[in-house]
Amino acid sequence: MAEIIVVTSGKGGVGKTTTSASIACGLARHGKKVAVIDFDVGLRNLDLIMGCERRVVYDFVNVIHGEASLRQALIKDKRFDNLFVLAASQTRDKDALAKEGVEKVLKDLADDGFDYIVCDSPAGIEKGAFLAMYFADQAIVVVNPEVSSVRDSDRILGLLASKTRKAENGERVKEFLLLTRYSPQRVEQGEMLSISDVEEVLGLKTIGVIPESGDVLNASNKGEPVILDLESDAGQAYDDAVARLMGEERPMRFTQLEKKGFFSKLFGG
Amino acid sequence: MSIFDFLKPKKNTASVAKDRLRIIIAQERTASGGPDYLPLLRRELLEVIRKYVNVDVDAVKVDVVKDGEHDVLDISVALPEERQAAAGA
Repeated sequence: MAEIIVVTSGKGGVGKTTTSASIACGLARHGKKVAVIDFDVGLRNLDLIMGCERRVVYDFVNVIHGEASLRQALIKDKRFDNLFVLAASQTRDKDALAKEGVEKVLKDLADDGFDYIVCDSPAGIEKGAFLAMYFADQAIVVVNPEVSSVRDSDRILGLLASKTRKAENGERVKEFLLLTRYSPQRVEQGEMLSISDVEEVLGLKTIGVIPESGDVLNASNKGEPVILDLESDAGQAYDDAVARLMGEERPMRFTQLEKKGFFSKLFGG
Repeated sequence: MSIFDFLKPKKNTASVAKDRLRIIIAQERTASGGPDYLPLLRRELLEVIRKYVNVDVDAVKVDVVKDGEHDVLDISVALPEERQAAAGA
């Protein structure tokens, strides 16, 4: 049975694609067979973050329309033999994706022995976002500790609880909170919502906290998901999140302010 | 951060953010559970009431509440104090 995970947020620019790429790589590093699908039709970007943009020949919409087989469209990752990317189409036709077509692709992937299917949702609450979440077993809701992101996430939670196949069958999609761009220093200073603030407002459990880090931009510049950079805090934080997703217990890291020495306190820095 | 930090007023904007989010999200969660016509009904009621009384924008509350087996349309209008109303009219 393939586990379908949607990475969603409502608001744009909070790190959905970065998260999808890292979670997919992390699961693959654990030996799982993983497909990661870009649902952002018209605004393809997962391929860039995964570093396979020049190898896209066929895309998701081609498969749905029968213009290419799933096997032809799946791009095999260069780092992991068991990781595949399905790129979004760059068509301007917003209705290129349909529920039946998406369902068939997901089913074919499951039949092909994939353990995990990661669905990278577009921003907003329109068709692409709806289709990305509809078949999900689990949802990773990516949130910046900032008012508009938190509010939009709550709208997404409402949709996960009503407009998904699980909801229609009287079940629940398993929802997790993933905080990105977290700054323990600003939280300490009372300038940023804390993990528990966001958990409390949204009623969600946290699966990962990714600290604000320049390494994320460096990683996307290179087309190497940040989780592969185990030197970086953000990479390690994603690695923890993936382990938790697979049922391992790990303490949260990079969420406390590192205590400064006496001199740096005195003179600033 | 320096030894003169204590001279600056302490700003805790995170708690402001949290309070604002709590209120707006609670409000939006009730609204999304109710029928779609509630916001429009609320707006039109407000317009009608404002022809007669000078009430605030948030003075009209429209909710659907459960009372046993029935759904009850619960409308409450907070009237302004006498003097204010007179001044406004």
